[in-house]
Amino acid sequence: MTEWMHPALLMLLGALLPPLTRGAGQKLLSLLVPLLVLYSVSQMVPSTSGEIAFAGVELVMFQADRLSLVFAWVFAIMSVIGNLYAWHTEGTGQRVAAFLYAGSAFGVVFAGDWLTLLIGWEVMAFASAYLIFASRNAKAVAAGFRYLLVHVAGGVLLFGGIVLHGLQTGSWLVGPLDAGQGGLAYWLILISFLINAAVPPLNAWLTDAYPEATVTGAVFLSAFTTKTAVYVLIRNYPGAEILVGLGVAMALYGVVFAVLENDCRRLLAYHIVSQVGYMVAGVGIGTEMALNGAASHAFAHILYKGLLFMGAGAVIMMAGRRKLTELGGLYRTMPLTVVLYMIGAFAISAFPLFSGFVSKSMVVSAAAGDHRAAAALLLTVASSGTFLHTGLKLPYYMFFGKDSGLRPPEPPLNMLLAMGIAAAFCIGIGVFPQMLYALLPYPVDYQPYTGVHVTESLGILMFTLLAFVLLLKHLDPEDTISLDTDWVYRRGAALFMRLAKGPVQIWEQMLITLGDGAGLRLMHRLSRLSLMADIRVVDALVNGVAETARQGGLVLRRMQTGVVSHYAFWIIAGLIAVLGLPLIAGIGAR
Amino acid sequence: MIGRLVNFFGEARYRKLRWRLLAAALALILIIDLLVPRHHTEHFWDAIPGWGAVFGFASCVAIIFVSKFIGHKGRIMQGEDYYD
Repeated sequence: MTEWMHPALLMLLGALLPPLTRGAGQKLLSLLVPLLVLYSVSQMVPSTSGEIAFAGVELVMFQADRLSLVFAWVFAIMSVIGNLYAWHTEGTGQRVAAFLYAGSAFGVVFAGDWLTLLIGWEVMAFASAYLIFASRNAKAVAAGFRYLLVHVAGGVLLFGGIVLHGLQTGSWLVGPLDAGQGGLAYWLILISFLINAAVPPLNAWLTDAYPEATVTGAVFLSAFTTKTAVYVLIRNYPGAEILVGLGVAMALYGVVFAVLENDCRRLLAYHIVSQVGYMVAGVGIGTEMALNGAASHAFAHILYKGLLFMGAGAVIMMAGRRKLTELGGLYRTMPLTVVLYMIGAFAISAFPLFSGFVSKSMVVSAAAGDHRAAAALLLTVASSGTFLHTGLKLPYYMFFGKDSGLRPPEPPLNMLLAMGIAAAFCIGIGVFPQMLYALLPYPVDYQPYTGVHVTESLGILMFTLLAFVLLLKHLDPEDTISLDTDWVYRRGAALFMRLAKGPVQIWEQMLITLGDGAGLRLMHRLSRLSLMADIRVVDALVNGVAETARQGGLVLRRMQTGVVSHYAFWIIAGLIAVLGLPLIAGIGAR
Repeated sequence: MIGRLVNFFGEARYRKLRWRLLAAALALILIIDLLVPRHHTEHFWDAIPGWGAVFGFASCVAIIFVSKFIGHKGRIMQGEDYYD
């Protein structure tokens, strides 16, 4: 007898409960369901089930191997933490959305076939969008619609790719795709994955929408969408060379934009882009160590990024401000939040003894081991930038720096507890990396704690700190927003409307004027002319012929008198005419 | 205890002490980096003592100035009402 239940099913059933309950009962359920999911995942072993044939297509609703289990573990842990963080809220809708969102992410991770994956993918888009809409202000609603538009477009690409792939190969089961055989299907599916992984220039939906989500919603958002994308990339595109360049570029892209950013959660969102860059690059390198690195970095990332979003969310909730230019000096009244946030910051910055150190270095070492010196060096530059922003700039201007005069209290206990659990994981994984390594898809032969690695990492990080302190003035946040590729559809839509109202409308008006005025007059004149031609020429000809025939008929009628001598006369006259004509013609010719 | 730790990083009166601590930490890292055994190195830079320090410092400076340059000169940074 199986001791577990499909986590997606558990979450879906769980999503039915919040509307039926209220108050303490609902809060209790919001923790019980994810705990049940966590227990269920802990009982799982690699296996396959739920195989059904649907419309001639073989579906595998549940397929667990080591890769899907790593992601399932961290999704389950983060579901518990996120729901604990949201314990105090009264939002029934948000609880339902969070369950559906996590459930559909499980659906994708355990999908054995493309159609099951697609369903999870689409539910994920809509459930997550609710967490943005739930902020209930005009900016968030607009951002939510943009978010949905991008994801629906991505879903259509995925659907198209899946159908093409299924028809070409006859197989609907997920697995590594081959660029040579796939053609269009290969690229359609890849692009839809890259959208969800927020690979520039397809990244702007993330940095546009996440900062507009609710305080608790953003914690779930930071965990699931981009990491399911990393999962499907590992599953279907291991070793796809294009991903190495894209991953390195996005690691740096996020860092550059984070320098310019003033909104605290948008800055963190740019560092999701940057961190997912390491994972995407790892998938592209494609060696066992690199894929292990991508999976372990996703695991560590979900926990420390969740912690960072929880810390920033606590500040937004308690201080009511989100811009760095308006924050500062909060350390006086929020010391616990400062410390918990900093644990997440040390983890993302890959300080020794914190989780990022044992996971990120796997990707960088895999790049170096695969003779990709440039990739390894550029990823190291991005690490320096990560510490600079999430570890130094953000906490400095949020908690220290110039005193904003704000004295918000610490957030509620449940939020601190949730952050505490995430912080414990960040340190636990850093100190005991073997616990994480044991879960990875391939056997791990990697030792992060070597002397050189530790001193070199500390050198990079601490001298980044020195540069930060020396150049602090240049980092002061500015009251601006940064234009990203969402410009294309935000300004592009306005431009399109202007084009529609301008040149296109003028052209249309011209056609109408032409048709109604000169054009119509010309048509009238032409038709009048043709009418005249019809009456005067065609009709006259026809009438003429008819009249002639009638006259001829009259003459012939008069000839039929009934008198034999008359007939004889006409016969002789005819003969003379028949015989005479050639004679006359002959005389004429002569 | 946590409050005192956080205050140490926040209050102006510990400024000098913070600088001294940072200087000591940086010196310590450099010294250990000079002494640490370098048996197997994956790339030439792994063999250079103090590489991490130089690379970290240079990266940070480059990131700040390149980003700000792109942000200002590339007209990436705009007023908050840009899209309104």
